[in-house]
Amino acid sequence: MDALIPLFIAIPLISAFLIMLLGKLVKEFHRFFAPLTLLSLLLMSIYAYVNLGSSSIQYTLGGWGMEKGIPVGIYMVLDGFSVLMLCIINLLGFIALFYSLSYMAKYTAQRNYYSLFCLIIAGMNGVVLSGDLFNICVFLEVSVIASYALVAFGVGKTELEASYRYQVLGSLGFMLILLAVGLIYWKTKTLNIADIRHVFENGYSKPFYIFVQVMLIAGFGLKAAIIPFHAWLPDAHSSAPSPISAMLSGVLIKAVGIYVLIRLFFNMFVFSQEIALVLTSLGAVSMVVGSLLAIVQWDVKRLLAYSSISQIGYVVMAMGMGILLLLKGNSEAAAILAIGGAIYHMINHAVFKGLLFMNAGAIEHRLDTRNLKEMGGLSKAMPVTSTTSFVASMSISGIPPFNGFFSKLIIIVAAINGRFYLLAALAILVSIITLAYFLKFQRFAFYNKPFGKALEKIREVPFPMSISMIVLATLCLAMSLLAIPSVSEQLLRPAIDVLMQSELYSTTIFGI
Amino acid sequence: MTVYLLCFVLFLVGLYGLITRRNLIKIIISKAITEFSVFLFLVLIGYIDQGQAPIVNPGSVDQVYVDPLPQAMVLTAIVIGLATTAMLMAIAIRLFRKYKTFDIREIKNLRG
Repeated sequence: MDALIPLFIAIPLISAFLIMLLGKLVKEFHRFFAPLTLLSLLLMSIYAYVNLGSSSIQYTLGGWGMEKGIPVGIYMVLDGFSVLMLCIINLLGFIALFYSLSYMAKYTAQRNYYSLFCLIIAGMNGVVLSGDLFNICVFLEVSVIASYALVAFGVGKTELEASYRYQVLGSLGFMLILLAVGLIYWKTKTLNIADIRHVFENGYSKPFYIFVQVMLIAGFGLKAAIIPFHAWLPDAHSSAPSPISAMLSGVLIKAVGIYVLIRLFFNMFVFSQEIALVLTSLGAVSMVVGSLLAIVQWDVKRLLAYSSISQIGYVVMAMGMGILLLLKGNSEAAAILAIGGAIYHMINHAVFKGLLFMNAGAIEHRLDTRNLKEMGGLSKAMPVTSTTSFVASMSISGIPPFNGFFSKLIIIVAAINGRFYLLAALAILVSIITLAYFLKFQRFAFYNKPFGKALEKIREVPFPMSISMIVLATLCLAMSLLAIPSVSEQLLRPAIDVLMQSELYSTTIFGI
Repeated sequence: MTVYLLCFVLFLVGLYGLITRRNLIKIIISKAITEFSVFLFLVLIGYIDQGQAPIVNPGSVDQVYVDPLPQAMVLTAIVIGLATTAMLMAIAIRLFRKYKTFDIREIKNLRG
């Protein structure tokens, strides 16, 4: 089992290399090799998910483990939380790649596309698995640099401009993260997350601690597009080719932003009241402002991008609430609800936001426009796109029986149980605003009077695109089963436990 | 202490340029300056006064060595910095071909 861990990074890296190398010699090599790679990764991650349970396994690179009680090597850690992230990354990666088989047909240089896609997957798997601060930085840049290139893949005016802005802000975020990592190394003389936890538990100086945490929030907040750091996201996510938008909004901002923030603030730092308040209020602000910015958009993909900011706000807010409740000490049940709701909403958001971007891509594929005012009446011409996007819209705006309803409900119940009445009210308000702008999307795209040209010419999208949308829509329904306590006890509990018992992460690595 | 302060000043200089410059190439240069101030800081962390290159010599027991780990980190970080700079330059060249200017005030199809 622990021999599986490096394969999650090695397979996509090798396949990215092989696609560039052999793609020149063998015709259409990339079209079957890249999906094969992602399929094998998906099967591997499901195998790991089923077999891991609530245990945690480590892999030490090159066999360099403990020397006199100090971890000297590079550690890779697979536990309940990271295996969940691996599943969702590789699942959405496979479906998006299958979708791009016909979507990308109109672009040139497809070999580069598939190769870069594998690099993004390799980087994200690396971030999720790494148990070492500096390796997180390196893998983060692997996936993010590949995404810079993919955002600019259309090489039009807007794509290039969006990519330039994304790169400048992204590298600023990287520098802040690197500076924070340097500062942490300066004080603790180690880079291993478990070892740093060990040092911090034995005491730290408060001003330094706060400074580093704020730096990390700014750095990873830039990658995750929490509100004051969000300026690049709507441009980058709306200019990229649609399957890439689905990947960026669905999993990249979570894997390199939210996942790392959660991992560091739960398992590396000792909790502190101030930072938990900062996280909660940042989450609440981005939840509200993101939805208010989304409602005025007329470009479909920009609307979806702003709604990503707002939904990510839910996750960050619930996480901050979880820390606050854990610090209070007497409200463990509410803390479990808050953390579980955050994780649940995170994986739900990956599924329905991926689906929505694929719907937008399907519309763009047939109509060649992203402006809502130039669409209309598509529900007859494109029944599959219309139905799946209806499922996704209802799911994201929290209508039962879809998965979005249950995760939002859990977060709101947690807020009420923990006596954060203002936050609960805000969450409900934002959910209503979300419903408003998704009804706007539904009405103008699918049900209004047709715009301009005749609808007879417009047909449903080709098979690979429609089947991947149907799969994701089915998942939207199926994942609402996770709200049943006995099911979530099996599937979500290991991930929640990793965060609830935050000191366990370091003690298992030290083998105490 | 002075070195650390100078290093921080360099960081601020880069950040100032990143915020105020209007030229695509100058933004990239400012980004590089900020990046190198971080690299300098990382190297300074590992420096120990009178320390030698960390090649262990079995003969001398109480020899002081500098910390090699930040050096390895900096080498990796420089390669990443090179990749991002090259990528930014490539995009800037493509932008110049489309717009015939480097001025970001004239390149604004998108609004935040």
